[in-house]
Amino acid sequence: MPLEVERLVKRFGETVALDDVSLTVRAGECVGLLGPNGAGKSTLIRSIAGRVIPNSGRVTVFGSAAGSTEARMALGWVPQELAIYPRISCRENLGAFGRYYGLSGAGLAEAIAWCLEWAALEDRQDEPAKNLSGGMKRRLNMAAGMLHRPKIVLFDEPTVGVDPQSRNRIFGMIEALRAAGAAIIYTTHYMEEAERLCDRVAIIDHGQVIAAGTRDELVRESFGTRSQVLARFAGDSEAIQAWTARHDGRMTGETAEFTIEQAGEIAPLLDDAAKAGLELEDLSLRRPNLESVFLHLTGRELRD
Amino acid sequence: MGLRRDRGALVLSFVLPLAFFSIFATIFGGQHDSTPRVTLIVVDEDKSQASKDLIGALEHDNSFWVHRTPVTRKGAPAGPEYTAATAEAAVKAGDAPVALIVPKGFGAHPMGFGPDADASAVELLNDESDTIAPQIVMGMLQKAAMTSMPAVMAEEGMKSAGKYIGGFTPEQKKVVENGLADLRKQVASGKLGNDSGGANKGSDDNGAGIIRVKQRAVVGQNKKSPMISFYAAAIGVMFLLFTASGSAGALLDEVESGTLERVLSTRVTMTKLLMGKLVFNTLLAFVQLVAMFLWGAAVFHLDFFNHLPGFAVMGLVTAFAVAAFGLLLASACKTRAQLGSLSTLLILIMSAVGGSMFPRFLMPEAMQKAGLFTINAWAIDGFTKVFWRDLPVSALWPQVAVLLAVGVGLFLIARRVARRWETA
Repeated sequence: MPLEVERLVKRFGETVALDDVSLTVRAGECVGLLGPNGAGKSTLIRSIAGRVIPNSGRVTVFGSAAGSTEARMALGWVPQELAIYPRISCRENLGAFGRYYGLSGAGLAEAIAWCLEWAALEDRQDEPAKNLSGGMKRRLNMAAGMLHRPKIVLFDEPTVGVDPQSRNRIFGMIEALRAAGAAIIYTTHYMEEAERLCDRVAIIDHGQVIAAGTRDELVRESFGTRSQVLARFAGDSEAIQAWTARHDGRMTGETAEFTIEQAGEIAPLLDDAAKAGLELEDLSLRRPNLESVFLHLTGRELRD
Repeated sequence: MGLRRDRGALVLSFVLPLAFFSIFATIFGGQHDSTPRVTLIVVDEDKSQASKDLIGALEHDNSFWVHRTPVTRKGAPAGPEYTAATAEAAVKAGDAPVALIVPKGFGAHPMGFGPDADASAVELLNDESDTIAPQIVMGMLQKAAMTSMPAVMAEEGMKSAGKYIGGFTPEQKKVVENGLADLRKQVASGKLGNDSGGANKGSDDNGAGIIRVKQRAVVGQNKKSPMISFYAAAIGVMFLLFTASGSAGALLDEVESGTLERVLSTRVTMTKLLMGKLVFNTLLAFVQLVAMFLWGAAVFHLDFFNHLPGFAVMGLVTAFAVAAFGLLLASACKTRAQLGSLSTLLILIMSAVGGSMFPRFLMPEAMQKAGLFTINAWAIDGFTKVFWRDLPVSALWPQVAVLLAVGVGLFLIARRVARRWETA
């Protein structure tokens, strides 16, 4: 198994950042860590990279302990914050990190060329990193972790602060890696990213993995075959809340949310709303997604 | 408000001026002794009553630490007395700035009045880098003659009177007049009663005082620019310390930018990383020293190219020690701003106490000893040995050993302190 995390616990003073976390990643698989800010995703990633020593539990990378030279060489870590040298060029940045990974000569030149192509930075390779756009810096930040062609790649929220166009390009880079057989761990608090990129998702909250599986498995576990109805009304908010509670729904902001088994359950709901004097503004029916799962499990939204 | 939040600036604003005021006050303000004592080696080849009186007077004078034998460790038996040769070697080695040799036969005719007097001359061997010590010795010798050798003085006065006055016959009167006229002429022409000429170079026969002194510079007599080598080393080391701490600050940049953590996730360990920085910063500091001394050679005629081996040895160990010092400071600080404040404070104090701003021999004894806790003092001593005393590389071993030990020690502490960045 490329990566195994067993019953990891990490405390920072009184704060429990990781609470009995277990996880496995298979070759060629992309596992998403989905959770709000402060849930413990980065601590888990840094534990796998050997940068955080857990209080208990263990991490093994192809059978070697996290932090060992073997583990470091098998892992590529792309930290959440940009970690590149701003004053030197893209090529020089890649050269520096390549040497840190023990590359030199033709091997290093080949690795730099591959990374520049992968990150689509060939045209800007001699540009100082500080002069690049935000999206390009992000791509360079990713490329700097790929020089040694790691078998497992850890992406810690690589799309933070990136425009949609650059985000799509980053998705393309990650999909190319996965297609090449790399095992990937991808942390995000964007449900859409997890749904698009990840084969499996582990939902993390307060340092615990509260659910794990494929998207469909997670939805089925939380909602079965039920669908969601989202309705927005104009009118007295107390009346809206009372009506929502009467039908076992819940308010998310100004939207009333229900789960239903059959489409035929919608008409009685709306009849009752009309009787209560509520004026319908918007109505939609959808299959639950990961965000719904998170909300269902924690009572909070992902981006709270 | 800005000052309150920036502790570094606060420290610099208040602590640095106070620290400097204290250092300068101690050196120049006479908090303790008004003048530093001069270490004086004496060799009594004569062993007469006159020589004993003279040396005894010097020993009782508060201006001197008089050494007849080489200084030994506490409790160790005193070695053999200095001879003219060993005293000269000691001055050359920098053990003392001056040596006084009372030659055989001094007691027969210890004093003379006037330049043609046939009094025996004592020999004063001096180190040109210290221009003050020989002048103090000159002055104190004459004082000693006046105050501690009255019998000799009276006797010599009679002899002198006999020479110049010659008796009371008309012929003698004529001689007296001639003699006194001659003396007046000498005074008028400046040959008599002038400064003893401590700053003169090479062999110098100073017959102006009642004790005749032959002064001879045994170190620095052929130097074109006496203090250039001293200041090249002194200023060089001070700026090396600034460069080294600034360069080591790259470590803090890496911490702030997150690249350090990333680097540590590669094959590179903290020890390897710090050693790499130590080597780079050592070479950088060495190149800076080379530039400084080349400039000294080109513009101020510093004799650089005849001292290359000694320079290479001292340059490398100095660069190594300052690089390790910089790494320790960077490891101990949290931000660049903190490093800037702390390094400015420490380096300026080290430079003042360690002799980068003015020679240590001008400082009080305690301050001179405090200077030994600075990299500056050891580096400057080493460079002085190379460029001033023309000593061979083998004579640099104390400075090399201390600077290497300091470098290794500081690096190990820096490595220990840097553990905080290794893992959380």
